[in-house]
Amino acid sequence: MSAYSMPDKNGHFGRFGGIFVAETLMRPLQELTHTYEKYIKDPDFLHELDEDLKHYVGRPSPLYYAAGLSREYGAQIYLKREDLNHTGAHKINNTIGQALLAKKLGKTRIIAETGAGQHGVATATVAARLGLECVVYMGADDIERQAPNVYRMKLLGASVVAVESGSRTLKDALNEAMRDWVTNVEDTFYIIGTVAGPHPYPAMVRDFQSIIGREAREQILQQAGRLPDALVACVGGGSNAIGLFHPFIDDESVEMYGVEAAGDGLETGHHAAPLCKGKVGVLHGNRTYLMEDVNGQIIETHSISAGLDYPGVGPEHAWLKDSGRANYVAASDSEAMQGFHDITLLEGIIPALESSHAIAYAQKLAPKIGSDGIMIINLSGRGDKDIQTIAKIEGVEI
Amino acid sequence: MSRIEKRFESLSNSGRKGLIPFITAGDPVSDITVPLMHAMVEAGADLIELGIPFSDPMADGPVIQKANQRALSHGTSLHDVLDMVKQFRNKDQATPVLFMGYLNPVEAMGYEEFADAAQQAGVDGLLLVDLPPEEASEFNELLYQRDIDPIYLLAPTSTPQRMEIVSLEARGFVYYVSIRGVTGSAELDYDEIRQSISEIRKHTRLPVGVGFGINSPESAVKIGEHADAVVIGSAIVRMMENYGGEKQTVINAVSDFLRGVRDALDESIQ
Repeated sequence: MSAYSMPDKNGHFGRFGGIFVAETLMRPLQELTHTYEKYIKDPDFLHELDEDLKHYVGRPSPLYYAAGLSREYGAQIYLKREDLNHTGAHKINNTIGQALLAKKLGKTRIIAETGAGQHGVATATVAARLGLECVVYMGADDIERQAPNVYRMKLLGASVVAVESGSRTLKDALNEAMRDWVTNVEDTFYIIGTVAGPHPYPAMVRDFQSIIGREAREQILQQAGRLPDALVACVGGGSNAIGLFHPFIDDESVEMYGVEAAGDGLETGHHAAPLCKGKVGVLHGNRTYLMEDVNGQIIETHSISAGLDYPGVGPEHAWLKDSGRANYVAASDSEAMQGFHDITLLEGIIPALESSHAIAYAQKLAPKIGSDGIMIINLSGRGDKDIQTIAKIEGVEI
Repeated sequence: MSRIEKRFESLSNSGRKGLIPFITAGDPVSDITVPLMHAMVEAGADLIELGIPFSDPMADGPVIQKANQRALSHGTSLHDVLDMVKQFRNKDQATPVLFMGYLNPVEAMGYEEFADAAQQAGVDGLLLVDLPPEEASEFNELLYQRDIDPIYLLAPTSTPQRMEIVSLEARGFVYYVSIRGVTGSAELDYDEIRQSISEIRKHTRLPVGVGFGINSPESAVKIGEHADAVVIGSAIVRMMENYGGEKQTVINAVSDFLRGVRDALDESIQ
């Protein structure tokens, strides 16, 4: 039995969430809510989804006991290997689900926003497979720092639109995708990649990503014989974190740690940590914690990792923070780089820079839970896409 | 009776169509806004829609996005915009001023503080694009008490059920978005607009204004055949793009354009 039943029928997680969009989108969102609520309980749909996750994505993803990292950090560390999914990150769990819904709604065109490019690739992938037209909006700055993913999307037949407005990163890509959706709402399905946006997106994306936590819970009980003491995941919009956390919410003994991007350091103001340092406001269709100035203007964020470089966060995380059920902390660019190297050398796994933030925090958390303490880190994606960025930072020519 | 209601009543009595120009406050410089508002009234504007600059104007096309960026580049805040209305009211107590913007700057100020400040400054209406009526009832009480009209959008995608919801919360007039899209884009489908307006009138007795995509005297006249007022935004805001430091040049250009629309609208009803 599950005690936790957020959100309410209008998409509220306490005072967070909701639907804050222009009138044009109200009907499409209602249609989407009805479709989603119908199919998420439909055995045929769920069977189709399961088959795709198994045979196309390659699930279940392993839960891997990281002996080297455990020794080095001083705790029992397990990695949930979302990096081993088809396309190399957790993002595809959600795009598979939403693309099936798009098909049910008879939509012929898919749009998406992307930061690191992982969600863009995962969207282009499912669109290619289903024969749907696909347009991905990506900040011009992100296009530059994630060139391999841009090329991947193009190979998959998607058009990638460079967004030059605002800070030229993820938030601006989201603005532009919303504008496209308002314009082409009759034939277009917008696949949002994170647990933000207007209802039903935060709940729907969470439900598709919760496969991570459901598997992890089963796997840890089988492998370690008990529930973990802590879960650790990076948080940009928060989809991989909520995917891991959600199935454990009613397990009170399990502590949850969401790791935001502290960029140059929380004290510098150059970061992307709205849960740690932001205030409550409304952006991109929901009420949540935001990085904003005193006048309510959204401020530019900074992170080494494009996927965490976002001024907002999913409303359910805002709720979990206020209710005290989850803890939100931050890791800086340089800490993430250290985590990146640690896991690469000790485990032979090259992680995404996003996931490296979770590794970085695991090192700080390990002494607190002790050498017998068990933690699961969500290794949300692989690091191939980041090789150029890392080489550049370290002054290496490749 | 609010200033907006009075204005629509007198328009209706004289059989004229309302002309509502939109500008972004502080675009391209702060001290152009108040003189521009007066000049627009002089040129035949019945209401003025003043945009509150926001960093992420999701419902706006490129022209108004850039206007927001220009206004923010020299720090135009909601407080500044309220001050502009206060200044405008020194000379003009009759023309209604409607704020258009996004929720976050208002929420950052606080609902009650904003409602008080807006009333004191002489603001008559508030259209927050991303605040649908379902999320607004508490805020609307504060606005009603101060004779500030919450203005709501209806769109080609609005169902009759949504028209009902909007008509319960809306005051002043209803703003019909004539296109699927962002401000300043796409071709107008006059047949669809006519049908939608007649559907809207089954659900509300409020006047209906139409905006998004009206950019010439001709399109204003065609919309005016069915609507009570036309809103013109991007076509005016585009004129700010050529601003080279000469305020009066821009003001004259806007005035000439509006006068053309005004004359065409007035001729069309004779």
